[in-house]
Amino acid sequence: MGYIIETRGITKRFGGLTAVDNVSMGVNAGEVVAILGDNGAGKSTLIKMISGVHKPDEGTILLDGKPMKLESPMDALANGIETIYQDLALAENLNVSSNIFLGREKTKRSLGVLNVLDHEYMQKESRSVLDRLEIEIPSLKNTIRTLSGGQRQAVAISRSIYWQAKVLIMDEPTAALGIAEQKKVLDLVKSLKTQGIGIIIISHQMYDVFEVADRIIVMRRGQNVATRMVSETTADEIVGLIVGSETVKR
Amino acid sequence: MPRPLMPHDTSTPFVQTNTGKLLGRHWALFFLLGMMVIFAFTGPGFFEVVNFQNIIHLATISILLAVAETFVIITGGIDLSVGFVMGLSSTLAARIMVTLGSTGMGEPLLIVLGTLAGLLVAFIPGFISGTLVARFKVPPFIATLGMWGICNGITLHLCDGFLPIAGLPSVLPRLGNGYLFYIHKGQSFTLFKKPDYIPDERVRELIRLVPFSFILIGAVVLVFWFILHKSRFGQHTYAIGGNLDAAIRAGIDVDRHLVKIYMLSSFLAGLAGVFNVFQTGIGNYTTFSSMYELFAVAAVVIGGASLLGGKGRIVGSMVGVLVLAVLKNGLAISGVQPFVRYIAVGVLLTFAVIIDQLFPDLF
Ligand SMILES: Nc1ncnc2c1ncn2[C@@H]1O[C@H](COP(=O)(O)OP(=O)(O)OP(=O)(O)O)[C@@H](O)[C@H]1O
Ligand SMILES: [Mg+2]
Repeated sequence: MGYIIETRGITKRFGGLTAVDNVSMGVNAGEVVAILGDNGAGKSTLIKMISGVHKPDEGTILLDGKPMKLESPMDALANGIETIYQDLALAENLNVSSNIFLGREKTKRSLGVLNVLDHEYMQKESRSVLDRLEIEIPSLKNTIRTLSGGQRQAVAISRSIYWQAKVLIMDEPTAALGIAEQKKVLDLVKSLKTQGIGIIIISHQMYDVFEVADRIIVMRRGQNVATRMVSETTADEIVGLIVGSETVKR
Repeated sequence: MPRPLMPHDTSTPFVQTNTGKLLGRHWALFFLLGMMVIFAFTGPGFFEVVNFQNIIHLATISILLAVAETFVIITGGIDLSVGFVMGLSSTLAARIMVTLGSTGMGEPLLIVLGTLAGLLVAFIPGFISGTLVARFKVPPFIATLGMWGICNGITLHLCDGFLPIAGLPSVLPRLGNGYLFYIHKGQSFTLFKKPDYIPDERVRELIRLVPFSFILIGAVVLVFWFILHKSRFGQHTYAIGGNLDAAIRAGIDVDRHLVKIYMLSSFLAGLAGVFNVFQTGIGNYTTFSSMYELFAVAAVVIGGASLLGGKGRIVGSMVGVLVLAVLKNGLAISGVQPFVRYIAVGVLLTFAVIIDQLFPDLF
């Protein structure tokens, strides 16, 4: 089976620094791939290229086997590539449904000529996607600022799901969460996987990775230094690969 | 059972109670009402329809500039150029009317052309500062400060130094200061213009209601209220100020949006400038001491906006303008020295920022 999303030899430089160096990787539908690596290894930069934030200096990105040019985050979104960033990227001053619909607001015609925000529709749809994912948020009219870390993460995930992600990218989804909330998010990831979504997850938490991932990609100094099936490796081996003490055998 | 050391420790802080939130959210409105009650006693003739009407009429320019500043401040920016863009539009509109007048062109046409020129020229500084802010990442303070100087320079050139541009059609101030209703008690009632049998110098015998400026104010406030609170454009304005990265990653074309915001702000300043021509009958440059831009920012902040962005409302800004306008009028009528007003504005601003810190969730 071909990858749903794939990179072939992509490179990104910031001035003299090569943040991502000739990385090839891919994700199958219904598969969770974890990207691991030390701080500054280039994980975030790699996924920012896949989500259209950075343009690769070299290499290609393929969606469903077809090469494509991602000029902006909007291009990636239009192609079903949804990303949840380390900092979540929610507008804290807006409410839950406004965030789920941010940039893609539903409007309705009023007085024949005016396009008015259709808050009623957006709230209803937001409620239904939250219910589907069994996420509890008391009021969708509350601003994001008033929510807990887990609830925010859940809102970010719901947004991606609502917009029919084919590929979901998550940068450190559990980093800022309490234990119960971490479990909740991991359960969400597992349920998304069964829906055939290809998931890329960046995490420093070894436990998370072994809990939900099928495959692990280890990055070091911008390079993809190893790929392991979770079922065939151990946390010790992965840690060794991350810090570079383990000899690399591909 | 041991008594708690500090009895307040266990109770909700006042700012989180419903009363606290209500007061915090609407403090400027309560302040406005309180001020009006006090001035009703201290200022003879303060608490009268005609005076209130006058306060709002004289605040027309402040209202337009505050609407402009509201949009910019919600995005996390500031527009320091509004006062001088206003002066530019005012003098350019007047200069064009005077020049066309000397060619013998009919009044209606030259008024329309002068007005259009005044409105259109205002888009230029907005376009430039917007582009500087959005594409060249120049801080809004600096970008609009540049336009502040440039517009003022061009304006003074148009005025040959410090001479207001006179010699405009006399119909202008009659339009700018006209009323919908003229009532001569027990004698007559006319619409749009005073009855002919009353000469200009006896115009004070008439009860004049609803100045034309109210129509302009009403239309501008309604249109921009709609844009800010009901449209996608408004939603994106809040998102940009709330979390710039979130807006970019949600696919909003932030650069374009910001250019539009600064053009919108500038356009409203231009509208204020053209209105100024209609109100005074001459083309006025903006003096440095007027500080329109700072009073507009003050009104918006008193109205609940935050200079950090993401927060602010049209209605709040209008309350802010009224607070400043009533303060000025009421203190003057009460015979208080003018410098007190500046002190009061300073205190209010500080208070507004403290309230903003205490109630980060209030919108
Ligand atoms: N926009 C940028 N401009 C310049 N350098 C950048 C930029 N983004 C990232 N870098 C640099 O590229 C390298 C890789 O950064 P990246 O954020 O991809 O690392 P990471 O693996 O996600 O690290 P972390 O685990 O800390 O999130 C770092 O040295 C970083 O400083
Ligand atoms: Mg990172």
